[in-house]
Parts: sequence; structure tokens; C-alpha cells
Amino acid sequence: MAILDKLKLWGLKKSPWIYHLNAGACNNCDIEVLELLTPRFDVERIGVLLAPSPRHADALLVTGVCTLQTKPRVQEIYEQTAKPCLVVCLGACACTGGIFRSGWHFAGPVDKVIREVDPDAMIVYIPGCPPKPEAMISGIAQALAKL
Amino acid sequence: MTHKTLIPIGPYHPLQEEAEFFQLYVEGETVVDMDLRLSYNHRGIEGISETLTWDQVPYLVERVCGICSASHPLAYVQAVEELAGVEVPERALYLRTVVNELERIHSHLLWFGLAGHFIGYNTVFMWAWRYREPVLDALEIVTGSRVNYANHTVGGARRDLDEEMVRAIRKCLDEIDKPVDMLTTTALEDPILALRLKGVGVLTEEDARRFSALGPTARASNVPIDVRRDDPYAAYDRIEWEVQTTPNGDVFDKVVVRLLELRESMKIIRQALDDMPGGPIQADVKEVPAGEGIGHVEAPRGETFHYVRSNGGPCPERHKIRAPTYNNIPTYKVTCIGQSVADVTITLAAIDPCYSCTERMAVVRDASSGKYLMNFADLVRLSQRKTEELRKKC
Repeated sequence: MAILDKLKLWGLKKSPWIYHLNAGACNNCDIEVLELLTPRFDVERIGVLLAPSPRHADALLVTGVCTLQTKPRVQEIYEQTAKPCLVVCLGACACTGGIFRSGWHFAGPVDKVIREVDPDAMIVYIPGCPPKPEAMISGIAQALAKL
Repeated sequence: MTHKTLIPIGPYHPLQEEAEFFQLYVEGETVVDMDLRLSYNHRGIEGISETLTWDQVPYLVERVCGICSASHPLAYVQAVEELAGVEVPERALYLRTVVNELERIHSHLLWFGLAGHFIGYNTVFMWAWRYREPVLDALEIVTGSRVNYANHTVGGARRDLDEEMVRAIRKCLDEIDKPVDMLTTTALEDPILALRLKGVGVLTEEDARRFSALGPTARASNVPIDVRRDDPYAAYDRIEWEVQTTPNGDVFDKVVVRLLELRESMKIIRQALDDMPGGPIQADVKEVPAGEGIGHVEAPRGETFHYVRSNGGPCPERHKIRAPTYNNIPTYKVTCIGQSVADVTITLAAIDPCYSCTERMAVVRDASSGKYLMNFADLVRLSQRKTEELRKKC
């Protein structure tokens, strides 16, 4: 079993397909994620592809504060994602709640919400409001190198 | 006999950047009715704003929406300036104009790219976003950040332009001069875009007025409405420019009107850089007295409106925000119904919707029980209980 798990992690390293999940963001992180796909940064050249469904994805890119409305949906999407998968908390809001932490509709930082359904989830934090595209690429590359 | 089918789109869908939920009722291929569910992105910004000081709020409201992050703070600081009677230095007004127009260019190019993406024409997406990059570079040089500018503050602007920054902005404008011409010609002459978008999602002039549509959505339907001209703020009354309109109101015209506005924005920035006077960039604001103030700004999507009320304390007592998408969403009722399902995606995107701006929550508080929120089931129960009571009395 251990060998199989190692094999799965090795498979995750090459060409990670990402699913972009907006948990209640201001769109800033989201347009910066799209920016990654366009000619200047073009992460497709290093094998990163935006997947249309969480079932095809190796990494969930979660942006924004987790609101009461999106919390059950974020958990459901995490459960639908093929394991093992990376959860990338993108931006200050996803990491901690950021400027919206005191809002009444705030359901908890993304890592806490995900750990409610899977205590062993692999979570990566990329802080910044929003992080620059270079920071996103570097964050994901560092996380994959650690696997 | 007709058979109605419901097509759910969302809350998470590959075509959507934000979480929102559309219900399309279709007969065959034709959409006969639609419904929209929101509140996934509601973050309670108006409530948080009432706990922050006057100086902190601009950095909160620029995170209302990442794409209008110059328009929301500007509307807010204008509201506070009106309330406190602050005279803003001339140079700060020009600086505000430059940042807001750079934002408009980046937003319109972003939308044009996404529109291409929505109709499966990814070449447009890649090209438009490629030429958006120099604008973001210019914004980074001027304000220090690619998207959250933090440049507006009560009483003026936070960062001044020096010679080098002005040169950088001019270089960026020169760099996108030809591409913008190229994109405009492409949009006007490309047979694919014309076939795909002409006559789709038509919003007539009468409907645009009836639904109080705002911004490019209204201007594409031949309604010349623009806060920059109708109630000039910043330095727009000192600059020569024109409101762009197109006559037909279909999605194609919404593309064209935005591309024409790009030209105007570039013209405005060039004039503002030429005419920019010297002097201080911030007025001294001592305190905010009790009273009310409003500020409105032409954001890339239409008029953004902010209302603040003060009781003389350190925080706003009430802060109300109305974003342009709030007015533009009801136009779906006329633009989407009768279309085929394939055309609805681009029609939904054509108003350049921003749901994170629009999400609000109305809270009903029952005075006797102190209970805060009433949902539909609660209202039904309340109505049944009241009916019972009435019956007993009779």
C-alpha cells in the first residue's frame, strides 16, 4: 500500500491539473489565476492545465474567504476531487480570512473548512492580496518539489 | 404540449469566475424563463465598514471587487469629502483621473478577452489579455500593485507621479496603441464575431431606460448616460472627450462600445498627463462632522454609488454601496428570454457582471423575539400563525 501511495504522489508531481474554486473572493485572485494561462506567464508550457471539473484535478486553487453559503460546497468539491490532491489557499482571504475576518458571513479560513472533512489534507498557503502570478508559480512549484 | 426543462448553471461552473447560480427554464432549445440565486460571495462589507475608521475604509472597499478597485474607493472618498467639505488639490484630481482610466482600459480588455473565451474563440482571449499586461505594468509602476491600487485617500491621492512614472505610462499607452486599433478592426470586420454576436441578446433603448441600465450596457443601447459627463468628478470636466454610444443594443454592440471607450480612455490619460498641474496632492482633513454624503463614480461597468452617514465619531454610522451590476442584472429578463441556450452564456456575460459587488443581505429582526433572520419557511410559518390567530378572533 505504501508503494502505491508513493506512486500516486509521484504521479501528482508531473503536469498538475488545477481546478479553480472561488469560495467568495473579490475577483482579484481569480483574474490573476487566469493571468497565469495567458501569454506572459503561460503555465501550460510547464504542464499546468486548468481542469473544468474537480474530478479531473490534481490541485484545488481556492481563492477568497469561505462564506457560510460556500462552505458546504467547498467541502463537497474537495470530496469530489481525486485523491491525493493539493489544496492551495491563494491569497490572504483564503489563508486567514484577511480583511473580511470580522464579517458575519465568514465561515472560517479555508484550511479549517477542509480539515473538517479531511484532517490529513495537504494544504499549501500562498499569501498576498493578491499574490503576484510569479508568487503563485513559485508557491506551487515549491509545494510539488516537497512531495 | 410543451415540455419545460430546467437547466442549472452553477454555483460552480467552468465558465464562471464567481460562484452564482442560474436556473434556465427551456422548451427545446429556447429559454422561456430564468432565475438567479446569489449570496455565495456575500462578505458583509457594509457591516465591516461600520467598524473601521474613516481612513481605513478605502482599503476595505477596494476589495469589494478586484476589477473596480479604483472606482469604489474613489466613490467612497468623494462621499466623505462631500460630508466633511474638503477641497481636494487640483493635482490629486488629475492623479485620480489617470488611475481610474488605466483601470477602465484594463477592465475592458479583460472583458473583451473573456467574451471571446465564452464563445469559444480563445484567440481573442489570449490576444486581449496579452495587451492588457502593459497596462498592469503601468499601474504597478504608478501605484505599487497590479490590481489593488490603494491610491485614493480622503482629501487627495497617496502617491505622486514623478517624471519616470509619467514616461512609463506614456510608453505603455504607445505600446497598446496599435493593438487596440487591431482589436477594434478585428472585432468590427471579423465574420466569426459578427455571425456569433449580431442580433444576440438585444436590449432595446426603451428597455434599457425601463430597467435603468447603467454604463456600457446602457450606452450600447443608445442611452448616452455617463457620470463622468453628467456629474463630473476628478478632472473630467477639464478634459475633452466624448461619451460613446452604439445604436443596436445587442452583444456585438456591447463589444464595440467598450472598444471605442478604450480609445477615449487613452485620450483622457494623455490629456491628463499633459495638463497635470503641480502642487500638493493631499488636503489636510481634520475631522469628519456629523452629516451625510454621497459619491458616485463611473466604474468600468457603470455608475458606482456610495452613501455615508456620520454621527461625528471615528467610524461611518452607515455606509451603503450600490454597484452597477445591481441595475444591470434585471435586463437579463428581456435579453435572455427567447434566446437559444448556446447564446445565453454570452448574453449573461455581456453586461460584464460582477457578483461580488452586488451581494447584499437584508436582515429582518423580529422585535418581540429578537430573532434576526427570516427565510422563506419562517415567513410561511409566521403567516400561518397569524392566520390562526385571526381565525380564533372571529
